Parts: sequence; C-alpha cells; structure tokens
Amino acid sequence: MATTHTPVPLRDTLRARARRLARLVTTPLVPGDYLSILDPLGSSSDLRGRVEAVLPETADAATLVIRPGRGWAGHTAGQYLRLGVDIDGVRQWRSYSLTSPPRPDGTVTVTVKALPGGTVSQFLVHRLQAGTIVQLDQAAGEFTLPATRPAKALFVTAGSGITPVMGMLRDGADQLDDVVLVHSAPRPEDVIFGAELRGLAARGGLRLIERHTDADGMLDPGGLAALVPDLTERETWACGPNGMLDALQDAYDAAGSGARLHTERFRPALIAVGDGGTVSFTGSAVTADADAATSLLDTGESHGVLMPSGCRMGICFGCVVPLREGSVRDLRNGQVTSAVPGDGVLVQTCVSAAAGPCQLDI
Amino acid sequence: MTTIQKQANNPIAHLSAEDIERLGAELDAIREQVIASRGADDAAYIRRVITTQRVLEMGGRTVLLASRFPPAWFLGTAALTVAKILENMEIGHNVLHGQWDWMRDPKIHSTTWEWDHATPAELWKHSHNQLHHTYTNVLGKDNDLGYGIMRVDEGQRWHPFHLGQPLWNLVNACVFEYGIAAYDLELGKNLRKSRRGNPEFRSRVRQTLRKIRRQATKDYVVHPVLSGPSAATTLTANLTANFIRNLWSHSVIMCGHFPEGVETFERNSIEGETRGEWYLRQMLGSANISGSRLMHIMTGNLSYQIEHHLFPDLPSNRYQEIAPKVQDLFQRYGLSYTTGSLPRQVASAWKKVIRLSLPNDFFGRTEPAPASGSTPTAAPSTPKAELATTASR
Ligand SMILES: Cc1cc2nc3c(=O)[nH]c(=O)nc-3n(C[C@H](O)[C@H](O)[C@H](O)COP(=O)(O)OP(=O)(O)OC[C@H]3O[C@@H](n4cnc5c(N)ncnc54)[C@H](O)[C@@H]3O)c2cc1C
Ligand code: FES
Repeated sequence: MATTHTPVPLRDTLRARARRLARLVTTPLVPGDYLSILDPLGSSSDLRGRVEAVLPETADAATLVIRPGRGWAGHTAGQYLRLGVDIDGVRQWRSYSLTSPPRPDGTVTVTVKALPGGTVSQFLVHRLQAGTIVQLDQAAGEFTLPATRPAKALFVTAGSGITPVMGMLRDGADQLDDVVLVHSAPRPEDVIFGAELRGLAARGGLRLIERHTDADGMLDPGGLAALVPDLTERETWACGPNGMLDALQDAYDAAGSGARLHTERFRPALIAVGDGGTVSFTGSAVTADADAATSLLDTGESHGVLMPSGCRMGICFGCVVPLREGSVRDLRNGQVTSAVPGDGVLVQTCVSAAAGPCQLDI
Repeated sequence: MTTIQKQANNPIAHLSAEDIERLGAELDAIREQVIASRGADDAAYIRRVITTQRVLEMGGRTVLLASRFPPAWFLGTAALTVAKILENMEIGHNVLHGQWDWMRDPKIHSTTWEWDHATPAELWKHSHNQLHHTYTNVLGKDNDLGYGIMRVDEGQRWHPFHLGQPLWNLVNACVFEYGIAAYDLELGKNLRKSRRGNPEFRSRVRQTLRKIRRQATKDYVVHPVLSGPSAATTLTANLTANFIRNLWSHSVIMCGHFPEGVETFERNSIEGETRGEWYLRQMLGSANISGSRLMHIMTGNLSYQIEHHLFPDLPSNRYQEIAPKVQDLFQRYGLSYTTGSLPRQVASAWKKVIRLSLPNDFFGRTEPAPASGSTPTAAPSTPKAELATTASR
C-alpha cells in the first residue's frame, strides 16, 4: 500500500535536499542568480519574459509578443499581466490586459496605447526593442467570462479598453451565440484591432457597433440603450475611461441589473486635498517631502525605496505597508487614516498620499 | 596629524563661514548634476560588473575542480580572487551604500543585498554607513580611526598596548573580513562583563556566527568536497583567494583615512555642523589613490575616497567623472587634495601606524613631516575670523 505513495515524497525530499545543497554552493546568493546569466528565462521564482516582437497596431498603439519564462502559470482571457521594464535604468511596473487567448506553452500578447507624456506606454510603443528581457508577474484579474457562457453578451469599450475584450473574443467568440460589441474611438483609424473586429463581424461572429467620437460625439447610456435595446438583459463587460464606466454603472443600477455589469478600470479616480507632508520610510532610512496629490508609492519609488506594488490603482492590495505614525489620505475619497506610535495600520500606498508627517515601515 | 582644531596652522582658518557654505552649494550642484544624468548607461555598467564577477567566479570554481594540476590551481585561484575582490569592493560595498537603489531592481538594492563577507550586510551597513560616514575622522566618534585596536592620530591617547600595533595591524590585514565582523559587533566594548549578556548583542553575535558558518562551509567544505580528488588543493585555493582579498581590501581601506595629510577633528567640533562644514570635513578627512581604470575598479572606486565620502550614495562609476570638478574646488578654496599611488599611500599609512605605536614625544617632536601626497594648492589667504568648525572648540 505504502509503495504507491512513496515516490512523490521521496522525489520531493530529494529535490528539497538538492536545493539546499545548491544554496550551500552559492551562498550568500541563490543558484538562480548564477543560472539567470546563462538562461534569463529559466528562473521560476523570478518570472521574466522575452519580447519577441513589437507589432504596430495604430499610430499610437502596439502589440508586444512576449515569451514568458519558466514558471508562467498561464492565464484566462480578460486577465491582465504586470510588466516591469527598465526605462533609463529605472524599473517601472504597469499592468496590461492580455490580448492573446490562453496558450499554456506559447507566447502571450499585450497591447499598449501610448498616452501623451506616459512614461511606460510611450516607451513600450515607441522605444522597446525585440529581444528585451522584461519582468513579469502571474496573470491576475476577475474580468473574465464565466465557464458557462452567457446566452446574450454585451461588450462596451472605448480606446485601449478594447484590450481585455479582444482577449475574450479571441478565446471564446465562437462559444458565444449572441454577442454585441459597442466600441468608441476618435476616428476609424484609431480603432485598435479594427480590421480583425470588422472581419469577425463580417463573418457573423458578433454584432459590431463602432462609434467614432470625433464625428459622432461620446456615447452616453441613453444612446447606448437606443443602439442595444435589450441592454440590461445582457451580461455586460465594460472597459474604458472612468466617466464612461461610472455612467454605465449608474444606469445598470437604476435598472436593477447592476449585477450584470462587469467593469475593468485602468486607473483609479483620484482627488487631492490638503497639504501633503514628510514621509519617513523607516526600514530604508529614507525621508521625503510629498505633496497631497502624489501617492506614497510614487514618493517611495522616486526616492529609491523598494516599494511593493501591484495594480497601482487600489484593487489588488499588493502595495500595502504598515503606517506606524501620522496620517495619510485615501486619494479616492479623501478619507484620512491615522496611526499612533505602536500601531501598524496597513495602508494602500498606491492610492494614499501624506496628510501631514507620517512614518511607513518599509 | 593632530586634530585640525589644535594645529598651529589650521588648514581651514582662511575660510569664512560664507566660504564654507558656498563650497557646500557648489558640491550640492555637482551632486545634482550626477543625479539628473543617472540612466541606462549606469545601470548597464553595474549589471556588466555583476555579470563579469559571477562568470569569473563560476569559471574559477569550475577550473578549481581540477586544482590538483598546478596550472588549474593558479588559474582558478586567480579568477576566484579577482571575483571575490570585485564582489566586496565594486559591487558589495557600493550596493550596500544604496548607490544603485534608484534603479528599483530588488536584486541590486541596499535593503536586499547580502555579500560574500563574514559580517552580515545589515550590521556592516549600520557601523559603516551610519557611524563611519557620519562621524568621519572625528576622534572618539569614528571607530574606523584605528578600529579600536590602534592609535592612528596624535590626538588619541597612547597606551602601552599600542606598542604592539604594527603587529595588530598585520594580523588584522590577514584576517580582515573577520576583523570587520568583530568590529561591527563592537566586540571590544560589548565583551565587557556589564554588556555581555545584552540580548540584543547576543542576537547579533548569533547572526554573525551564522553568516560566518555559511561562508566557511561554502569555501572550506562544500567546494573542496565537490572537487573530489582535488579537495585539498581546492581548499588551499579558496584560503588563498580569501587571504589575498583580505590583504587587498585592508590596504585599500587603510589608504582612505590613515595616510599623512588626512585631517582629524575634535569630538565637539561637529556639534551644530552645517552641511558645508560636513562636506569640508569629508574633503579633509579622506585620501585618494591614483592609478589605472582597472585599479579603480578593483578598489571599488574607493581610490576616489574623497569623492565617495562627499557623495557616498552616487554610483561609483561616476566618481572618476566628478573628480576633476572636486579637485578644482580644492584648488579654489585653498585646500589640500591628498592623493598618491597605492604603494606610496600604503607605506604612508603603515609609517603612521608604526610611528604612533610610540608616545607622541618619543622622538622629541609632535608634528609629522608635511604630507608627501598632498597636491600643491593655492596659497591660503590671510586667516579670517574664527569659523564655525574651529569656533566651537
Ligand atoms: C488592470 C489594468 C489593465 C490595463 N490594461 C491596459 C492595456 O491593455 N493597454 C493599455 O494601454 N493600458 C492598460 N492599462 C493602463 C496602464 O497600466 C498604464 O496606466 C498606462 O499605460 C499609463 O502608464 P504610463 O506610464 O504611460 O503613464 P504615466 O506616466 O503613469 O502617466 C502619464 C499621464 O497619463 C495619465 N494616465 C495614466 N493612466 C491613464 C489612463 N489609463 N488613461 C488616461 N490617462 C492616464 C496620468 O494621470 C498622467 O497624467 C491597464 C491598467 C490596469 C490597472
Ligand atoms: S498596487 Fe494594487 S492596491 Fe495598490
């Protein structure tokens, strides 16, 4: 009886022993520090990827084809990927929705729209070279299709908000019988994946409604309801500017179908009030003056503190750090959180700013 | 050297308080220029050094698997020695100073780095970055002045124990990494009966012993055993590499603050010190080593000790670039930029260690000969009013 179970633990013990021995050989470093010189994608603990191609989509958007290294656990269409790139020597992390359908052993793609003055998006679209090694995190996010596909689906997107939806359509359009996509972009030539979407529509895979806002103006929920009369009966996925998503949420809530609406936001809606203050990062012996609009995450990073981070917009809690003393303000609602010495209130640094002097334990 | 405050010819007496603040502002400007231009080239530099170091180390250790054969022993030992020196000097020391923190690479960051050294990075950062770099050359505050086992300044009181200091210094050079570990634990102070039981001290001792055990196991057990029939020779190779690195880093570090021409400061002279005065103390309290590009890299750019002490957290590859600007400041403000070749500075530091093993007036004089390594500077202007640094005496 026991024999059927022994192989696994034995293999595990051997592997654990081998790992311990390897660490003895390389201390104070870990084996991966040496191995990654030979094979940058080989490490499973430090996930990296190689950019295989940068394909232009529109004048200011491009698709990056990335081969993730060992340890990539795959993704579900609609999820996003955190990407770390070194720009002018400084590592910058941002999230991008996966636009490729899941292919466990293959490459993945993300599609980036260059924002005016955008540090990372401009770099990725215009300066990134094929062959570059980038840092990756496992795919994350709940903006996905359910396993049992809905009978009637609606996608409402604008600008770069098409990206997670493109991932879903590429993965599951053929499993959806009744799909409507309402997409807004300034002009026809600005529509990312325009040709592919129009082709899909022509083959009957979906009903595509393009809205060109330079000519036709922005779409409001009323206009949307006119275009898609059975709107609130449809399981809906929406991604685009916060204003659009807020209006949709209100409309769906008013119709009592709030639960049918799934949204993905690319940035939090922030407000800044007050004066900021001096932030001490006690574990790093760094002190910095911060204004009321700059997140604690940005303040720490720009002073060389190794800040943990994730989505950078208040949803994943990947950035929480104990506040030991002083006050910080939540940039989304202005709420102030305070700590007195001895406390360790966890605060989300990506959406909090100093509200007077404060001490973070990092 | 006697502390600057007690010298007959105070080398900063010609500077007014405003001069010193102007000097500080000029140094701040140099610093800002470097920070504003830090970028991809600098990041590529440190990554290249780290990769080179790791390839050299892997290569050296691989060759040593056959260390029974003398050519393999020599080649492997040489590669490992260079790798170990690079690791401590150009990489470890500088990463732990936070010189590369701006890259936000968690693999090359002062808070995550651990080095190939007996002392744990965390303890070293405290005694080196926080104590030595803050209190540079202040008698009674900067323990680096003789590491607590030697007298390297006339201002330090002589004790018969110091008669043996040439020997202590030699022994320290041979086992330097362990000397530093003991120093970071402040063993001299903490081994006193009253302090020995302090739980915090005990936990630091445990931390250090753990680190030493891991380091020694790697170099003196694991790698020899992996070499099979070459075990004994790999052991001697690793001992040799660590020994040479000890001698090398000890020599380089002695050159930083011990050669003639380097100034020291009174304990109470730094009370209420301004930023300008802090800079001035770093300028006078450090000495450079001249040499080739390779020599600078092998010293971890501590050959630019003056620049390093002014700006401990600027990337080391930039010290060379700002050195001419810093020298120009020394000229214009009538200060001595102490520098010399490695052999000359090492000899100068050793001479001081030997001379000060005896009481000050042993040879009937208290002042040493003028510093040989100092570059000529503009003639000091007429002494102005007492300035803050000296006034606080
Ligand atoms: C879950 C998630 C998925 C995402 N998926 C994608 C994607 O698939 N494709 C894509 O292009 N981007 C996507 N983003 C946005 C992306 O992460 C970056 O925020 C964006 O590329 C801007 O980064 P930047 O460094 O270029 O701009 P920054 O230098 O950070 O900012 C530059 C300026 O643009 C403003 N700004 C920042 N973000 C936005 C925004 N989204 N819209 C308008 N203005 C903004 C800033 O306030 C600032 O004024 C996603 C974000 C999240 C959270
Ligand atoms: S980074 Fe995701 S919540 Fe702050």
